[in-house]
Amino acid sequence: MTAAAIYLDVPGEQPAAVMDHLDQLEAQSVYILREAFNRIEKLGMLWSLGKDSNVMVWLARKAFFGHVPFPVMHIDTEKKFPEMYLFREIYAKEWGLNLIIEKCPPVEATDPTLPPAARSAARKTLGLRDTIAKYGFTGIIAGIRRDEESVRAKERVFSPRGESGAWDFRDQPPEFWDYFNTDLPAGTHLRVHPLLSWTELDIWRYIQREGIPMVELYFAKNGKRYRSLGDHDITSPVTSEAATIAEIIAELETTRAPERAGRAMDRETEDAFERLRAAGYM
Amino acid sequence: MSIELKTARELMRIVIVGHVDHGKSTLVGRLFHDTGSLPEGKYEAIKGMCERRGMPFEWAFLMDAFQSERDQGITIDTAQIWFKTALRDYTIIDAPGHREFIKNMITGASSAEAALMLIDAGQGIQQQSRLHAFLLNLLGVKQIAVLVNKMDLVDFSEARFADISREYSSYLGSLGISPNYIVPIAARDGDNIVERSPRTAWYKGPTLIEALDSFRPAAPLSALPLRLPVQDVYKFDDRRILAGRIASGRLNVGDTLLFSPSNKTAKVSSIEAWSAPMQESAEAGQSVGITLDEQLFIERGEMASHVEAAPTESHVFKAKLFWLSKSPLNLGGAYRLRLQTRDVAVTVESITCVYDPESFTARPSDTVIRNDIAEVTLRSPALLSLDAADIYPKTGRFVLSDGRNILAGGTISLEGYPDERRLVTVRSSNITEVAHGITAGQRAQRNGHPGGVLWLTGLSGAGKSTIAMALEQELFRRGFQVFVLDGDNVRRGLSANLGFAPEDRAENIRRIGEVAALFAESGQIVITAFISPYRSDRDRARQALAKSQALAKSLSSVAAGGGFHEIYVKADLVTCEGRDPKGLYQKARAGKIAEFTGISAPYEPPVQPELVIDTEKLDIAAGVALAVNYVEGHFRRPR
Repeated sequence: MTAAAIYLDVPGEQPAAVMDHLDQLEAQSVYILREAFNRIEKLGMLWSLGKDSNVMVWLARKAFFGHVPFPVMHIDTEKKFPEMYLFREIYAKEWGLNLIIEKCPPVEATDPTLPPAARSAARKTLGLRDTIAKYGFTGIIAGIRRDEESVRAKERVFSPRGESGAWDFRDQPPEFWDYFNTDLPAGTHLRVHPLLSWTELDIWRYIQREGIPMVELYFAKNGKRYRSLGDHDITSPVTSEAATIAEIIAELETTRAPERAGRAMDRETEDAFERLRAAGYM
Repeated sequence: MSIELKTARELMRIVIVGHVDHGKSTLVGRLFHDTGSLPEGKYEAIKGMCERRGMPFEWAFLMDAFQSERDQGITIDTAQIWFKTALRDYTIIDAPGHREFIKNMITGASSAEAALMLIDAGQGIQQQSRLHAFLLNLLGVKQIAVLVNKMDLVDFSEARFADISREYSSYLGSLGISPNYIVPIAARDGDNIVERSPRTAWYKGPTLIEALDSFRPAAPLSALPLRLPVQDVYKFDDRRILAGRIASGRLNVGDTLLFSPSNKTAKVSSIEAWSAPMQESAEAGQSVGITLDEQLFIERGEMASHVEAAPTESHVFKAKLFWLSKSPLNLGGAYRLRLQTRDVAVTVESITCVYDPESFTARPSDTVIRNDIAEVTLRSPALLSLDAADIYPKTGRFVLSDGRNILAGGTISLEGYPDERRLVTVRSSNITEVAHGITAGQRAQRNGHPGGVLWLTGLSGAGKSTIAMALEQELFRRGFQVFVLDGDNVRRGLSANLGFAPEDRAENIRRIGEVAALFAESGQIVITAFISPYRSDRDRARQALAKSQALAKSLSSVAAGGGFHEIYVKADLVTCEGRDPKGLYQKARAGKIAEFTGISAPYEPPVQPELVIDTEKLDIAAGVALAVNYVEGHFRRPR
C-alpha cells in the first residue's frame, strides 16, 4: 500500500473559490425556495419571529428579488414575549409581508399523555393543522435545521406529510442530487426545509453579513440572553454576556451547550420531541 | 472579549458506508468524542441511557437518536452531524447498512465529497462492502479511505490486514476505483482514529483523521462549459427574470446564450440581485436571475449554454441507473425523466444488462427490481438536451419518477448516439421554393405510378442490398420507374466527406432522405438499402418526403404522392453474424471496426413498419415477391 506516498502528495492546487460557505448555503436555500414556489400550488411560509424564521424570510426576498410571493404565517400561541409581538408588527410592514395570524387551540385540546411542556408546544401543531386546513395549503416552508436536534437531523428538504400532518420517518422517499419529490396525493401536504443544512453559527454569521434585524431578546442583558425563542412559560434564558452579533458568534464558536437547552419540551422524556415531530410539530 | 471577524471554516461532507454491523455508528461516536466535538452532557446522557438498559456503554446511540432505533439497534435513515478537526469542519452522513435502506444510503452518499468504507477485520469483505463501493462509484464519490475495523478482534494481525487490503483493493480496482488509504482501526477503543495506535506498530500510514484532512474539497464545476437550467421565469415587476442555479461553468453580462431544446439565442443584459452588489459575472453553484436583450419565450426546463459548447440533443440515450422503487422497471415501461428542471416522458427501450448484486457481473434481463443496478436505453418523444456524466457530474445525472416519487437515479452516456442538433437546425433562411411546371399528377399519369420511397432497414447481413437489387430488376421489368440508392453510389460522392461516427451516420442518412425525396418527386420509386439504425433518422427521412409531397400537393391540388414505405428486412443478430457475407462482424468482434451496428453501436428496429420481410423465414425470391406484390398494390395506377 502506497498510502504514505499518496498522503505526501496532498497539498494540491485548488483555484480560489469565489463562493464561501455562506454563499453556498444561500444559493442552495434560494434554489429550494424557488423549487417550492414553482412546484407547489398553495404555498405558505411559517414565521415564528425567531432568528431562523427571519433569515428564511430574508432568503425568500433574495430568491424573488425583493418580494415574498406567498403568505407568511404566524401560528400564535398568544404566549410569546411582548418584544416578539412588537417585532412582528414592525417587520411585517417593512418587509411587505402578506401576513396570516392564526391562534392556537387551548392546551386541553392536546394529547394528555404528553408531558406538560410538550403539551404546551403541541398547541402549535394543532394550530398549524387547522391553518393548513383553513387555507388549503399544499406546502409549508419551515425553518428547521439538522443541527438543532437529533430527530430533525433525519429530515428531508421536501418532506411529505400524511392527511393528519404526521411524519413517517421510517419510510421517507429518496432525495438526492437536488431532485426533490414535489408532487403529492390530494389531502396531503409537503413541508419544505430550506435551512436544513445550516447550523446555528451559520445563521448568526449570515445575520451579521446581511444585517438582518432580530428580536432584542437574543442579546444579553444583565448576564442573560435567549438562544432560542418559544413561549415565555416554557423557554428560559442562558447565562451569557454576548450583547452583539459578533459576541454571540464568538460565544457559539466555543460553547458545547446545546442550542435548545432552554426549551423544556425537548428533554422531559427521551422520546417527547420525537413524538411531537411524528405528530406534525415543526 | 476580543472579537475578530473570521471567514467561515471549510466544511467537507463525508459519508460512512459498509456492511451492517461493521461498526459505522460506533466509529461516529468515537470520532466525535476523540475530536472533542460532543455537545456537553451528551456522553453522560448516553451513559445513563445504557445503564438504565443494563448494557455496556454503546457509542452507536449517539447517531441512533430515535427510540425505535435504540430498540432495534439499527440505523433507519440518513442522519447528518458535525465534528471538527484542526483543519476544518466535517458533516458526517451516516448511511445505514441494511440492503432495504439503500435509498437512504444513496440519499446520504450522493452529496458526499469523500467516503469512509468500513470492513470488519474478522468478517472480512461482505456483500455490502462490494455493493456500497459500486454505488459510490456510480454516485461519483472518488475519494475513499477503507477502514479495516475491529482489529482488536484479530489481535491486530498484520497478515489479516494485508489479506483484506489485497482482496478489497483488487475488487475496487475492477470498478476503476483506487482507494486513497487503507487504515487498520479499532473504533471502540480509538486505535488509529486520532492517536496512532501502539498496537499496530507495523502500520506506517496515516491515522483516520490525518487521512480525512488530506482529502480535497470537490473540484469546482466552474471550469466546465456553462450549463444553466432554467428553473422559473418571474415577472414580479417590469423585469422579466429567468431564474436558475448555474450547474457548471460561468456566465457574463453580454454573453450570447443558447437555449436547448428550443434552439433560441439571446444576450444576457443583466444579472439581477436583491440586497447585494450588482454582478457582471456568475459561476457554478450560484442561484442567479438574468434578463435577456430579447423577449424569448423560454420556460422552466430549458438549458442555457454558450453556443460553442452546447449539450448534445437526442431523443435517446444510454444510462446506468439504480432502481429504488418497490415495483420493478420493465422493458417498454413509461416514466417521467427529470433532467435538472426538465420533466419529460420516456420509455425504456432496452435493458442492456443488470448487475448481479453478489458478483457484479452483468447479466441480461427484461426487468430490473429494487436495489438493482442496470444499464438501459431510454427514449423520449421530446428532444432532450444531454450531457455525459463522466464530464458533467451535475447535468449528466438524472432521476426517473412516476410523476410523484423518485424511482431511480442514473448517469447519462452519450456513446453510440448522434447529436441531432445540426439535423434540426435550418441554416439558410432566404430560400423560396418554386413550383414545378409539371405536376406530380402528370408524372404519375405518364409513369403509371406515383413516385415514392421504399426505405429498407435492417442489420448488416439481413439481406437489404440483395433484396433491393432483385426488387429493382423485377420492378423495372414490370415497367416501373425505379432506382436504388445504396452505400456505394452515395458514400463515394454525396457523402464522401463523412465517416462512420454517430453524427456522420446520421448526417449521411439525412442526405439520403432528402435525395430520396427529390427522386420521388421526379416520379421515381426509390429503393434505399441502408442499415439506418436510428429511428429518429428514418422518421426524419419520412418527414422529408412528406414535406416535399405536401408542397407538391399544395401547388398542384392533386394528391399524387406515393408516400414513404418503411420495409423492415428482419433477421436477428445471431443470424446475421452467422451469415457475415462481408466478414464485417468478425472484424467488429475483433475490435477492428469501431461503432459497428449490433456489436458496438445500437440498432433500433422500426415500431410500425409498412412491411416486414423476415429473411430468417423467407428466402430471397419469396422476400422479393412479397415486396413486388406490396408495390403493385400500393403504387400501380391505371393509365
